[in-house]
Amino acid sequence: MKKRKMFIRMITASLMRRRSRMIVALLSIAIGATILSGLVSIYYDVPRQMGAQFRNYGANMIFTGEDGSLGLDEVIAGEKKIDPAELVGAAPYRYENVRINDIPVVAAGTDPQGVQKTSPYWRVEGSWFSGGGELLVGASVAESFRIKSGDVIDVSFTPAAQEDESGEEEFVMDNFKTFTVMGILQTGGSEENYIYMSLDDLRELTGTEGSIDVAELSVSAGQEELSAYIDAINSGVKGVHASLVKRVTASEATVLTKLQALVLLVTIVVLALTMICVATTMTAVVAERRKEIGLRKAIGASDKSIIQEFMGESMLLGLLGGALGSVLGYVFAQQVSINVFSSSISFRPVLVPVTVIASIAVTGISSLMPIRSATDVDPAMVLKGE
Amino acid sequence: MSLLELKNVYKIYGDLHALDDVSLKVEKGEWVSIMGPSGSGKSTMMNIIGCMDKPSKGEVLLDGVDISKESKKNLTNIRRDKIGLIFQQFHLVNYLTAVENVMLAQYYHSIPDEKEALEALERVGLGDRAKHLPSQLSGGEQQRVCVARALINYPEVILADEPTGNLDEANEEIVVELFHKLHNEGTTLIVVTHDPEVAEVAQRTLVLRSGKLSKEIVNENFTGKIHFD
Ligand SMILES: Nc1ncnc2c1ncn2[C@@H]1O[C@H](COP(=O)(O)OP(=O)(O)OP(=O)(O)O)[C@@H](O)[C@H]1O
Ligand SMILES: [Mg+2]
Repeated sequence: MKKRKMFIRMITASLMRRRSRMIVALLSIAIGATILSGLVSIYYDVPRQMGAQFRNYGANMIFTGEDGSLGLDEVIAGEKKIDPAELVGAAPYRYENVRINDIPVVAAGTDPQGVQKTSPYWRVEGSWFSGGGELLVGASVAESFRIKSGDVIDVSFTPAAQEDESGEEEFVMDNFKTFTVMGILQTGGSEENYIYMSLDDLRELTGTEGSIDVAELSVSAGQEELSAYIDAINSGVKGVHASLVKRVTASEATVLTKLQALVLLVTIVVLALTMICVATTMTAVVAERRKEIGLRKAIGASDKSIIQEFMGESMLLGLLGGALGSVLGYVFAQQVSINVFSSSISFRPVLVPVTVIASIAVTGISSLMPIRSATDVDPAMVLKGE
Repeated sequence: MSLLELKNVYKIYGDLHALDDVSLKVEKGEWVSIMGPSGSGKSTMMNIIGCMDKPSKGEVLLDGVDISKESKKNLTNIRRDKIGLIFQQFHLVNYLTAVENVMLAQYYHSIPDEKEALEALERVGLGDRAKHLPSQLSGGEQQRVCVARALINYPEVILADEPTGNLDEANEEIVVELFHKLHNEGTTLIVVTHDPEVAEVAQRTLVLRSGKLSKEIVNENFTGKIHFD
């Protein structure tokens, strides 16, 4: 039998047959590796996550009409200037004063699908609305009118009074339309003061074509590219004035770097803690096996072979812990991502070998000192029967 | 030339003379017992002969080499090549099987050979226990594994420090019987023991008292067999 085979047989026997002891060391390595690989995953996913996150905080581009009125076809012409792959979504809004139980409210006509893209942070209790007499009610409106999802309510609209030939105002009947409340909208912002319906429904209720007040767009592009789009639309599409919503896009970069720096810092701290933990565990392992070390030396082991054996064991632990950690790390990162960023992260196969190698290296380095102390053991103590 | 020669050897701890001017010779193939009360320096002497400790003063010649002058690293090599050790507390690596424990000595010496290790276990009557862990073996069986490990590399000399100290009579007899076989094959044996019955079997018994050699008893009718009264 080759020497190496015996070496492997020895270190695996040590791990397998001393399982209850080694499980602690293995766990500390695995936890360290889990957090490390998880954080690295998050670190690389943060830009992507944050990109999505910032788009979550509203659109980053808006269209308004040059003369105060904007047609739907003009909005569409403007959208055409943007690379479809980069256009996350667009939502036109038309606001009108309507009444519920004779009390005025602002109704917004919009494209439900577009809103879901440009304002994915909207929390809807109940279900989302679509066209055909379905209504989404802002939380504060719902509260003052005691509306809950599932209710059927009438919404009225008073058309603009038209003067007849005699100059007297003609009496016009209110328009009515019956809506089913699909859900209650919670945003924590002014959106809660409105009710939402499809553009078609609003057109039907008001009886007029009306015009779009504002269109919100969510575009996934860098600062320069966004400016280029703005210029192209403002100069190339008549009747549309495009502008950037600066507040969010400008802060994106700084928050991003700060967040990454934070993750990096935490990674370093966890790394240090893992190394301390491994070093402590290995010190305990060496202390507990002094007798065995003395025995090995008594039957002829050199310092070098003692170091090799313990290093072999700790690296094998590093390998197992790293393998375990890379799997758990993905699960951990996934959980963080889902709970914090509400989106899943992609599995990076390259992180598996990286985690395993890093884990072996970290375990090896932190075991150096404890293992060196193993060579101090005096073989004579074995005969003394200590 | 003697296989082993101690010339005026001292081991001094503070003002305690654990070995006090000890001189002795052991010839190749001899079977020597060492007796003496507790604390008389028997283990101290075995540690020095076994290359695990150095004398404070004096020369220790093993196979013509003065081991009192060698470096720690060379001592490890000499111990590995020339000495087989057997301890009172049957020290085995507790997570390795019997045969793996024997192979461990081969591993440090040269190349592990499972077949040869199994043969050694068969010699000590443990062929069927090869795959057992020390915790699954009786004290006597564990000590026999130690004997198998000590002889696996054909050492010049086997040093045994109270090899039967923790054994009952039956196992004591088995171990002494093994020593007898080894002696017949020409192995040099130095055995520390408290047990007069075990000591008497040897060709010669040296008695230590407070670090000094106080007596030497030569066994006139040496048979190598143990006799219980
Ligand atoms: N490392 C040491 N430091 C100080 N004193 C020591 C050391 N090792 C041994 N001694 C002392 O040397 C003396 C001889 O010890 P040794 O172990 O050789 O006795 P022994 O004859 O083997 O006794 P026992 O039969 O009880 O095993 C003892 O008094 C012991 O206390
Ligand atoms: Mg002793």
